[in-house]
Amino acid sequence: MSLLVLGMVSCEKVLPGGPVDNELLDGPMSGLTIEQQNLFLKGDEAFGEIYTVEKGLGPTFVATSCSSCHTGDGKGHPNKALIRFGQSDHTGNQFLHLGGPQLQNRSIPGYAPEELPAGAPQAKLLAPATVGLGLLDAVSDETLIAMSDPSDLNNDGVSGKVAWTEIPDYVQLRPGAIENEGKYISRFGKKAAAYNILHQVSKALNQDIGITSVYEPIDPYSGMEIDPEIETVKIHHLVSYLKTVKAPTQRDENNPDVLAGEELFNTIGCANCHMPSLTTGYSPIAALSEKTFHPYTDLLLHDLGPSFDDGYTEGAAERSEWRTPPLWGLGLVKDAQGGDYYLLHDGRAHSIEEAIQSHGGEAENANSNFSSLSEEEKGQLISFLESL
Amino acid sequence: MMKTSIYTFKIKLFAIALLMSAFATAQDNSDSTIASLNMDAVYERPFITQGKLPVAIGGYLEANMIYAGEEGVNEGLSFQARRLTMFMSSSFGKNLSFLSEIEFEEGGHEINIEFAAMDWYINSGLKFRGGIIMNPIGAFNQNHDGPNWEFIERPNSATQLLPATWSNAGFGLHGKFFKKGWTLGYEAYLTNGFDNSIIDNEEHKTFLAASKDNSERFEESSNGKSLFTGKLALKHPKYGELGFSYMGGVYNKFEEEGLTLDQERSLSVYAIDFNTEIKRTGTRFIGEFAWVEVDVPDTYLQEYGERQFGGFLDIIQPVYTGKVMDWNKAVINIAARFDYVDWNDGTIIETGGNIGDELIAFTPAISLRPTKQTVFRANYRYQIQNDFLDNPGAKSAAWMLGFSTYF
Ligand code: HEC
Ligand code: HEC
Repeated sequence: MSLLVLGMVSCEKVLPGGPVDNELLDGPMSGLTIEQQNLFLKGDEAFGEIYTVEKGLGPTFVATSCSSCHTGDGKGHPNKALIRFGQSDHTGNQFLHLGGPQLQNRSIPGYAPEELPAGAPQAKLLAPATVGLGLLDAVSDETLIAMSDPSDLNNDGVSGKVAWTEIPDYVQLRPGAIENEGKYISRFGKKAAAYNILHQVSKALNQDIGITSVYEPIDPYSGMEIDPEIETVKIHHLVSYLKTVKAPTQRDENNPDVLAGEELFNTIGCANCHMPSLTTGYSPIAALSEKTFHPYTDLLLHDLGPSFDDGYTEGAAERSEWRTPPLWGLGLVKDAQGGDYYLLHDGRAHSIEEAIQSHGGEAENANSNFSSLSEEEKGQLISFLESL
Repeated sequence: MMKTSIYTFKIKLFAIALLMSAFATAQDNSDSTIASLNMDAVYERPFITQGKLPVAIGGYLEANMIYAGEEGVNEGLSFQARRLTMFMSSSFGKNLSFLSEIEFEEGGHEINIEFAAMDWYINSGLKFRGGIIMNPIGAFNQNHDGPNWEFIERPNSATQLLPATWSNAGFGLHGKFFKKGWTLGYEAYLTNGFDNSIIDNEEHKTFLAASKDNSERFEESSNGKSLFTGKLALKHPKYGELGFSYMGGVYNKFEEEGLTLDQERSLSVYAIDFNTEIKRTGTRFIGEFAWVEVDVPDTYLQEYGERQFGGFLDIIQPVYTGKVMDWNKAVINIAARFDYVDWNDGTIIETGGNIGDELIAFTPAISLRPTKQTVFRANYRYQIQNDFLDNPGAKSAAWMLGFSTYF
């Protein structure tokens, strides 16, 4: 008998090997304390938790768990696209009384889902990957302002502005937060309308799943304040988790094509917005504090031209302005999207090339530089992006 | 409302009884032919009878160790005492008998009355059964005792597609007819049934077994509608057994106190099961396939599938019969099981892409049966499971070693 047990244990080889660490999007960053690892595990569980009617789902909602939109912490799929509506300029959302700003297009049995009111301006959004967010969160306001160039003083055609927004009382300011007429710089979400991870997560619970909390107590269905449907500590676990999900690391980084592609990425102007390196300020989490990392974003808003004007806007962004998305993990995301690429805010691009070729506005130059590359060079640039 | 449902219940029961008594009069009178079907499994358990006590008791125990890993993460070694099940039966008075099965799982944390029914024998073609009944959908639900199987895990299609072990309060009829070596068995029951949890659960998929958590089904129907389960099984000793079964009804709570909550939503399950043996080689084949159709609200999530399919096939080959240690009539088998479950058969509306939510597993096994009532099993199980979006599947594997024995 004990021989058999020994036999089993020594048969580790017959247990399936997993993908190597840098081929997976999810997982903790290295250098976490034991306490932080514990919080990571608790938050990971909360991220996968399925909300049922009994737990307060809906009654109208878009999805039943964080991970059903952010599968494997990866990018979302069109099946779980969400629709924001009701605002087209800076006069605010004109459709709040008709269910804005987000369409809860599904409902539990016995309830009717919300319908898009006639004439409402709208935009469709696909979930972004939720990786390396702690690092992005820890970049100082000062760094963002230094990268911005709202009136394009350097004349490179790329402006880039920070998103000054009004923030809810419950969010805590980050160290060194800069204020401007009562507004603060927000950086999360497709239009940089969320200040920090807690802000985004509380909104997600409320608007995506129909779960009220101490932070967002208004039930989106009835419009009334109701008791919290989630324990506050769980929200904090979610925040701790998202802060410490690792950032994707580059694969194949010494491949000559990848190296040539990286060079092109910098020279044709992609790096003006997709900033290769950023450095964090102080963070109480040592693994996030004063670290240089490679997200390929400047966290700023850029105007990508008329084809990116969906009619809807929020926060400080104009209709055709979007926050530069990080490009890290780009080579891995399609394994969370069912094997196909759905890129850009609404998933309209089905390949990296298509995403690049649709860039206009401030990225017009970079796009035309891309078009004038040889097929080989284009291939090298794509190889580089896929290695991220 | 209550009144009409009892009324329709009675009518259905009456119709079935009429039909069956017609059958019964047409039957061949060779009652004594012994041909046991899956439906007889509850009668064929080894029981201990003490002297002249009218009550017989018995049971079985299953325990094993498992060494598992998923996607390169080694989950290590652990020990599982999966279940202890007790049977009790008695015959009291002419033609009346009582059978029961109580299962303790998770160290007694979960106690289920799987079966507790009275049979009233009218003739072999017509028996009346009432109490807590095991719905005869497929064969595994009826014949699930651990010692009967070469595999430590129950088949996925039986536990995660069909809700083994699924029992409910209800009434019905069963019986058998014999002709020229053929046995035809039938069962027809009306019981309480499913509820909304089959499309509102933490599995995030249409999951019939979710209703097992609702123990109120032993007291009242979740919606005032009964679940019909019927099975026909045909067996010939030469060819084996073939069963067709159906289970269906309205699963959701559609009204309360006369107020409409939702439209009535139906559930239908179809299953085919078979078992046969190649006499010359002793090779046995046991299989079961099931199809599930559930009416899911259009405004709900696509994760909750409207169509499901799954099944398993066991192949068992005795390779040695004779003395092993102190056991003179021991048998050693090699066996293999194929499991397949598709919880959501369809395509994603937005993209036309295939919906995954599938599982495929392969389990080679070696078993040693020192006596008929006990089995030692060594299994290796390899499984690939795909998520809703059909992303690359998660691979996992496990070594399992254990025993299952009647006592
Ligand atoms: C219905 C799909 C959906 C669900 C469910 C969902 N998200 Fe999101 N998530 C999105 C979309 C779409 C965005 C972009 C939102 C925006 O622009 O405001 C987003 C953005 C985010 C971001 C910001 C990432 C960034 O780079 O700016 C975080 C953090 C986040 N979600 C966490 C969560 C958590 C935690 C949950 C569960 C409580 C959750 N999400 C549930 C779709 C979803
Ligand atoms: C002016 C700033 C700017 C420049 C220059 C720029 N981009 Fe972008 N890029 C963006 C913004 C903003 C988006 C997001 C648009 C959206 O979400 O719809 C984006 C999206 C992308 C995406 C899709 C990412 C995703 O997650 O969906 C890729 C790939 C990309 N850019 C690559 C490039 C490459 C390669 C270049 C150089 C040829 C480049 N970009 C130049 C601002 C820029």
